[in-house]
Amino acid sequence: MIVSLVKRPEQSQSMVYVSPLIALVFTLIAGIIMFMIMGVDPSEALYAFFVEPLTSSYGWAELGVKATPLILIGVALSIGFRAGVWNIGAEGQLTLGAICGGGIALWLYDVDSFFVLPLMIIFGVLGGMFWAAIPAFLKTRFNANEILTSLMLTYVATLLLSLLVHGPWRDPDGFNFPESRIFSDSATLPVIWSGTSLHLGWVFALAAVAGIWVLMSRTIIGFQIKVVGQAPDAGRHAGFSVNKMVWFVLLLGGGMAGLAGLFEVSGPIGQLLPSISPGYGFTAIIVAFVGRLHPIGVLFAGLLIALSYLGGESAQITMNMPLAVTGVFQGMLLFFLLACDVLIGYRIQWGSSAAASATGSGAVSNEVPNG
Amino acid sequence: MRKTTRLHNVIKGVTGVLVASTIMFSVSTASAEDAKVGFVYVGPVGDHGWTYRHDLGRQAVEKETGAETTFVESVEEGADAERVIRKLASSGHNIIFTTSFGYMNPTLKVAKQFPNVKFEHATGYKQADNMATYSARFYEGRAVIGTIAGMMSKTGVVGYIASFPIPEVVRGINAFALAMQKVNPDAVVKVVWVNSWYDPGKEGDAAKALIDQGADMITQHTDSPAPLQVAEQRGVQGFGQASDMSAFAPTAQLTAIIDDWDPYYVSRVKAVMDGTWTSGDVWEGIDTGMVGFAPYGDAVPADVRAAADAVKQGIVDGSLHPFTGPITNQAGEQVIGEGETLDDGVLLSMDWYVQGVQGELGQ
Repeated sequence: MIVSLVKRPEQSQSMVYVSPLIALVFTLIAGIIMFMIMGVDPSEALYAFFVEPLTSSYGWAELGVKATPLILIGVALSIGFRAGVWNIGAEGQLTLGAICGGGIALWLYDVDSFFVLPLMIIFGVLGGMFWAAIPAFLKTRFNANEILTSLMLTYVATLLLSLLVHGPWRDPDGFNFPESRIFSDSATLPVIWSGTSLHLGWVFALAAVAGIWVLMSRTIIGFQIKVVGQAPDAGRHAGFSVNKMVWFVLLLGGGMAGLAGLFEVSGPIGQLLPSISPGYGFTAIIVAFVGRLHPIGVLFAGLLIALSYLGGESAQITMNMPLAVTGVFQGMLLFFLLACDVLIGYRIQWGSSAAASATGSGAVSNEVPNG
Repeated sequence: MRKTTRLHNVIKGVTGVLVASTIMFSVSTASAEDAKVGFVYVGPVGDHGWTYRHDLGRQAVEKETGAETTFVESVEEGADAERVIRKLASSGHNIIFTTSFGYMNPTLKVAKQFPNVKFEHATGYKQADNMATYSARFYEGRAVIGTIAGMMSKTGVVGYIASFPIPEVVRGINAFALAMQKVNPDAVVKVVWVNSWYDPGKEGDAAKALIDQGADMITQHTDSPAPLQVAEQRGVQGFGQASDMSAFAPTAQLTAIIDDWDPYYVSRVKAVMDGTWTSGDVWEGIDTGMVGFAPYGDAVPADVRAAADAVKQGIVDGSLHPFTGPITNQAGEQVIGEGETLDDGVLLSMDWYVQGVQGELGQ
């Protein structure tokens, strides 16, 4: 017996939004099975993963801290993905934002002024935009693939940061260790929930969700992005400039990633280090897709992925479970989500492939389901 | 300057709280049943190198003190580290070992907030009343394997796979090169930086590149056995890092520098249990066993074994210091003359190569 996938003539709109929840339920079921095989009480394990991290106000704050860069970047990337522009290099743009904003903090180390932080934020955004402008230029001018250019610039950015903290920006009192001075108080993000580490960046993340939602649903630009993404030819016929769109979404994504990077170094880290992000720029791509490229979805997806990290640590601490369990959990979530997506776009047909092709509806192809 | 004053204020602040809390703490001194010990690891426990050895130390603590232990592995240096350390501190752990250089500032931050919890940070230089530092004089081990390399390398070219250009790593490279040159004055050390503590893919690729450039011996300051595995495949020789890696390279491994944290961890946890723990800085070497060695491989001839043993013995009895002059830096300037030795201060901030090391060190 042969199984084939046949494209559905029409996709269920409600399923598009329900599928992350279905995927979550499947993940939980598979997780329970996995814990039973491991000989761990599933209820205890799931408690450690999803509840224990949130049993203290501190845990909620940490959730916000961890989700902030994921949401900031994810929400901006989702715009680009809607427009069909694949900015894979947010990690590099984040790094450049941290370099430029953090550079201001070091330059104005002895300046005790309210204006230091706003200036850092501006330069953080500009740094990220500058790094995204390179793939934008190469794409619009030479039609270079932005997936490759943006990704490869990530490594350049990481090495640039490494060069700076190993060299000119090294802490003069730091025994040559590769890290900058700890930022002065006026260059440190204020904590918005005293007694925790939740910083101002969280407010920006929420504002970004609201802002992008308004942009996409209420403005001409948002409409143009959707049209160009779904039907580039129609967009061109309507007189929309595809090049302008490429510039816009890349600069937006770069700026937000730069902002996220600046928030990391002036908030939770407090200085420049050779490595400032555990891959937030890459994880944000997953966040954008789990969130269905919708701002509100990205908000929840960011929180969910952040929770899975906290849960992984909690499971290690309280239940001595290996770190790999976290990876398996995240992998299962994505697997089930993609599986659901396939089934939204296609239906399974049992029978011979000849029968399938006889229906003339173009069975399994390398066409990407429209997520 | 400004940072130092801040640090002083911190220490003063911590002291104040600590004095107030010692009274409380001495009443409820942790006993064997309720002592909880936390470990934060930079790599996976299965790295077979650095983290693996720390985890053996953790297991020794569990066995010998009966204390309950917890570990969190592969914790990123940076914001994640602070969260993990705080989580351990707030969940009833009495002493927490943070086992990578990059955990220094996060450990200090959390230490300020939890004056009743003891913190121990490996390889750093910042201390507080409830935060001690500890490290091993790995460079002593490098002097031993450098001697072996000098005697056994036919090309006189050794490949060195290095992680980050921090003083600890640079010190190891220099100690290795100096010991090698003592035997073979023309010996050359080629260094490749992989900018990671643990990345088997990159480490292995670096080993291949170095062998292609004429190195017939490989040594490393990264945590995976990948370089040794490459050495085994390509028929060259090398040295295990942090633990005995002979299982991965039965013929290629000539010996390995072994980090033995077990006695230190056990003694520190016992000190917490009986209330005698104090902050401080520990830097121990071959003499206390913190730096140890794997058995020699079959390929190591008797005269080389004798020479290596003599270096070990010399370091233990103080007659030999791996950084004894004359030492010349890469630019050809003499750093110290005949018979002088570099002091710990210079060693701890070393950011220059000795002559014979190839490559540039970012300044």
